[in-house]
Amino acid sequence: MAQGDGAALGGFDYSNCRRNQMLEKAGIKLDRYLKTGTTIVGLVYQDGVILGADTRATEGDIVADKNCEKIHYLAPNIYCCGAGTAADTEAVTDMVRTQLELHRYATGRGSRVITALTMLKSHLFNYQGHVSAALVLGGFDVSGPHLHTVYPHGSTDTLPFATMGSGSLAAMSVFEAGFREKMTKEEGMSLVSDAICAGIFNDLGSGSNVDLCVITKAGKEYLRNHMTPNQRVITKGYTFKRGHTPILSTKIVPLRDRVDVSEGEAMEE
Amino acid sequence: MEHTIEAFKREESLGARHSGAAAASDGKIHIERTQYPYVTGSSVLGIKYKDGILLAADMAASYGSTKRYKSFQRLKPVGKHAVIGASGEMSDFQQISTMLDELTLRDQMWDDSNTLGPHEIHSYLNRIMYQRRNKFDPLWNNIILGGVKNGKKYLGVVSMIGVHFEDDHVATGFGQHLARPELRKQWRADMTLEEGVRLLEKCLLVLYYRDRSSINKYQIAKVTEEGVTISSPFAIETNWELEAFQNPTKNAEGSW
Repeated sequence: MAQGDGAALGGFDYSNCRRNQMLEKAGIKLDRYLKTGTTIVGLVYQDGVILGADTRATEGDIVADKNCEKIHYLAPNIYCCGAGTAADTEAVTDMVRTQLELHRYATGRGSRVITALTMLKSHLFNYQGHVSAALVLGGFDVSGPHLHTVYPHGSTDTLPFATMGSGSLAAMSVFEAGFREKMTKEEGMSLVSDAICAGIFNDLGSGSNVDLCVITKAGKEYLRNHMTPNQRVITKGYTFKRGHTPILSTKIVPLRDRVDVSEGEAMEE
Repeated sequence: MEHTIEAFKREESLGARHSGAAAASDGKIHIERTQYPYVTGSSVLGIKYKDGILLAADMAASYGSTKRYKSFQRLKPVGKHAVIGASGEMSDFQQISTMLDELTLRDQMWDDSNTLGPHEIHSYLNRIMYQRRNKFDPLWNNIILGGVKNGKKYLGVVSMIGVHFEDDHVATGFGQHLARPELRKQWRADMTLEEGVRLLEKCLLVLYYRDRSSINKYQIAKVTEEGVTISSPFAIETNWELEAFQNPTKNAEGSW
């Protein structure tokens, strides 16, 4: 039975897999897609959830976007940080955002975080890890603050503090050393910023600025570029005082004597 | 830098025709060199503090994913002025220890009232590691060497391919990812012994939580002008009682 029959019967269609394997063996290099080699973190504090992310998007070894947004809106009370392939995180969070909105209209109630979680994990599991999206999902709903991580293959965790992305180890070391239960908002924001900065300064895939999002019962506070520790310093790096360069000779030629000003016709429009 | 087994196997296919490969009687090429580590030690941490150097390591030597030896001393004094700590293949570490013992013994036999300082021993180590790497038969270790001589503190690292450098705080293995960010933030040049030990314990705890090949049994080595002391094994208090871990699906009945 040819592999293509799978699609006709409603299962997975693997008809291109052998071709792709053959191409890779022949030496074809696949395109380098935009990744968010990243540091994303989340933390539950006494009043809610704080999400944090860096702002660097890489394409191979190049920084493609110095200030991208990695904290995606899912619902007024739910936000999701995304690491992995940028297109995948954007598309999957977009899809869940629209589905959640329709669900809110249908039910007449606010969205719950576990609804978003179930939608995300079902979708990612269906694609068996090929949708490369690693997410930190956080929000505050009727049953309190929630923080989850979602892995590309579809597994999830429910945690009091979480980190994902290439800078996750650096950020996790800050969290493990500094996390306490029931922190205040200032302590929580400071710890999250420290964790993202650890990723920015110790991981090559993360960099630029720190974005924060604080979600509580009252609502959300989206702090875009909350910290900018990598500002570009635009100075020449030198100043020369007047008179620094000695003037050896001066020659002034008035151009007025050499220019002929004559009338002409206007151009055709 | 740690080397993955895959990267080394790729190099091996290039080096198969060079040294270390002997044609046996059946015509096949038999490779006679280290290809992967078997009994491995995890991270080692090192920092400079006000009076000298502190090194810390756990006492585990794993055999793949089994924690085979739980009282393996991975920190060792070298001569009067230095201490060495190694991660990676433990048999290669024992070989290196023997080499360093011979070196310091010969130095002592000169009886010229001068002993090898940490910088010299580090140079010797660098040469050994690099020469073995050139023969495609590395000593599969990442080594930290710290010492104090004539009031000058020295802390250096060598990797299995011969990459070496000095710094105020160093780490091997997972310590590079989990401990160095914390060390970069918290380290100060004028730390007292208590502050230094507290900082190391903080990093060791993070490693115990997040590195699967570590155990909660550590030694700390202290080098000062007076000499080298290695502490007896101790454990660090861990906290698993976070409220959020008690019932993770409290608000999501039936969640998976």
